[in-house]
Amino acid sequence: MPRINSPSELEKLRQDILSNRDPQKPCITLCSGSACHATGSGEVAASIEAEIEKQGLGAEVEVRKTGCHGFCERGPIIVNHPEETCYLQIKPEDAPEIVSQAVKEKGIVERLLYTDPNTDEKISRESEIPFYKNQKRLVFGSNGSIDPKSIDDYLAIGGYSALEKALFQMTPEQVLEEVKKSNLRGRGGGGFPTGRKWEESRNAPGDIKYVIVNADEGDPGAYMDRSLLEGNPHSVLEGLMIGAFAIGSTEGYIYVRQEYPLAVENLTIAIKQAEKYGFLGKSILGFDFDFTIKVHKGAGAFVCGESSALMTALEGRAGEPRPKYIHTAVKGVWDYPSVLNNVETWANVPLIINKGADWFTQIGTEKSKGTKIFSVVGKITNTGLVEVPMGMSLRDIIYEIGGGIPGGKKFKAVQTGGPSGGCIPENLLDLEVGYDELTKAGSMMGSGGMIVMDEDTCMVDVARYFIDFLTDESCGKCVPCREGLRQMLKVLTNITEGKGSEGDIELLEELSEVAKEASLCALGTSAPNPFLSTVRYFRDEYEAHIKEKRCPALSCKELIAYHIDPVKCQACMICSRKCPADAIDGGKKKIHIIDQEKCTKCGTCFEVCPPRFGAVNKISGEPVPSTIPEDERMITKKSPRKSK
Amino acid sequence: MSEIFVQIDGKEVEAREGMTVLEAAQSAGISIPTLCHHEKLEPFGGCRLCIVEVRVGDWTKRVVSCVYTVEENLVVRTRSEKIDKIRKMILELQLSHAPDSPELLDLAKEYGADKDRFEKEASFCIHCGLCVRYCAEVKKKNAVGFVDRGIRKEICFIPEIASKECWDCKECFPLCPTEALQAAFVLTKSLISPPPSFEPTSEK
Repeated sequence: MPRINSPSELEKLRQDILSNRDPQKPCITLCSGSACHATGSGEVAASIEAEIEKQGLGAEVEVRKTGCHGFCERGPIIVNHPEETCYLQIKPEDAPEIVSQAVKEKGIVERLLYTDPNTDEKISRESEIPFYKNQKRLVFGSNGSIDPKSIDDYLAIGGYSALEKALFQMTPEQVLEEVKKSNLRGRGGGGFPTGRKWEESRNAPGDIKYVIVNADEGDPGAYMDRSLLEGNPHSVLEGLMIGAFAIGSTEGYIYVRQEYPLAVENLTIAIKQAEKYGFLGKSILGFDFDFTIKVHKGAGAFVCGESSALMTALEGRAGEPRPKYIHTAVKGVWDYPSVLNNVETWANVPLIINKGADWFTQIGTEKSKGTKIFSVVGKITNTGLVEVPMGMSLRDIIYEIGGGIPGGKKFKAVQTGGPSGGCIPENLLDLEVGYDELTKAGSMMGSGGMIVMDEDTCMVDVARYFIDFLTDESCGKCVPCREGLRQMLKVLTNITEGKGSEGDIELLEELSEVAKEASLCALGTSAPNPFLSTVRYFRDEYEAHIKEKRCPALSCKELIAYHIDPVKCQACMICSRKCPADAIDGGKKKIHIIDQEKCTKCGTCFEVCPPRFGAVNKISGEPVPSTIPEDERMITKKSPRKSK
Repeated sequence: MSEIFVQIDGKEVEAREGMTVLEAAQSAGISIPTLCHHEKLEPFGGCRLCIVEVRVGDWTKRVVSCVYTVEENLVVRTRSEKIDKIRKMILELQLSHAPDSPELLDLAKEYGADKDRFEKEASFCIHCGLCVRYCAEVKKKNAVGFVDRGIRKEICFIPEIASKECWDCKECFPLCPTEALQAAFVLTKSLISPPPSFEPTSEK
């Protein structure tokens, strides 16, 4: 690898890379992100490669293992270029057909294409699948086309041109102005204006300044940052370099979770490659700018995503937040000015520098500009990572892109913003996604987690689940968070177990208020949100649990019972055989009954009872009907059973 | 250092730059309750009891006075309905762990806190960290520390250090607002100096 010492050398390198690539040459890109890896993309890759060798196509086709394509529900995903034919849910045994039909014969393997559930039509081009068609993939788009372990792939799509532009065509002040003008806001949670943060650091006294990537993504169900780091690490590095140049920093850190091994691996490779080309180190691109990046592996504490806790951990101490009446941008790591931005925020920077703030501000809403990557999970047809312009409605994200709720179930709520976000009900589905809009609705943008819940989800239990998570993750330094959450969890657990009492809601509200007002860091001040938003929109569910000992969603185990309707039971014995607790009594032609004492409420009988019988009922808030007398349990032809 | 004038509970107070609101108040004889504060130690901001209301320009916010530094024209109120409500709750939460701590009980009286509001989990320690920080910052020995995280967090003497350093020091004992520290020490003591009958017999 030659060291690049000037913009012209960079341009020459880029041309050399491009001239060696034929855009018409067949290329199979295979998603190798964590989600697809879990569904077997490693085996698929091996079988495709073996098949290509076997069919003697090694010289004619390239296989490229890329980062996450986003459509994780249907992974592993293969895209055949240049036609851009997208094949979903590939298994290793599909390899011969794909290689012979799609690559060799240039045909299409119909059965592996996406089928539109509404029209039954097969869609071959990736960009025309509704999941992708309705997105705007500015930051995430390159993930599916480049090999994250190859800096040449990044250079081929124009990589490091923004760094070159910043160094050679702009002053640090102009870079800062451009970012300020773009109105880019932090993608990690708070939504603080990035440019203002940079300016604070730039203006803070002292020569030593740090830039840091917050890659301590810890929200359950969220993996946007992980996928960006795994799939396009250079875009984050380039953003960080530009930020360092703007504020006058020569040292950067990437605080990444140790639990993200592939992200750490790809980042480390990317940094090494960037160093070899001279994008990192002394006199970058021959310009008077030195910059190095170190990777710091975090040890898995949710609170370390909070800026001051992250910085304390970076210093080698226990990851506890510290009071920050003085911003970390002024007094951060080792008390030096430190700019901390989330992975996605940094990845937006090269785009803004290349295309300009005016272009960027055309996307989004008045106060939330650009796009946002969401991880859409839960009770949704198309689980995956989606990138949409700010201002798209929740409805469009969930129904147009996400494909709606599976199994004919009814939508109930969407939880946004991670564990300390809030639940948004159906009547607010037309809400436009933006920082202020979500906060107003009692939730928040957070880092972009979106958990969809259907009618079977109990909202009190959801609040209990998230408060449990946060209690576990509280660092324990301040009383309102440590002790307040401990008590909130007790009360919520009691309510879901049918032990709630009058005044519980008020007590929870009081504890929430104190945690919100008096906690040390954002974990504590936002921790009551799961309760506050659910009680705001689903107060009736809380009241049903407390007053009637009833769980309206039929979900809280302590408040439900299973019962076999004697009129519908056909004595098929499926449930009694499957019951793991041996709680169902019944035999051939003998109506089954559940022994409530033995029943563990696992729900197996409910699931296995043939739908045409539908004899098992889930009930809550009412007594279990008394069992039918023993002498009436035999099913005979003579006594046609009718509902009474 | 330049002088800064702040108003605390209607009283003009002269403070030095870099001083915390708590220090400024104390210098003027205005009392603000604290549990984790100690003048020899770096501000911790853990117990949140010293929360006060400050007004800068048109903006009113609540801050903890042991950490928040004074600034020109700052107007401070050390008590308000909201502040008292927060302090009451903080005390009630702490009293579930240390229901007999005289310091907590005195404060409870002042703020009308009900010591029986929450179920008792008498672990005694209220995580003020005074012992841990005093040992680290003043004595520079780190013989006592926090272990684990969040609601499982506990104070713990490190036997290897405690066996050398603690016998003749024990300066942390009077700092403890509850009896937890002494209990932890007694436990450690029994571990590092087992009674003769439990001493391991030497190998042949």
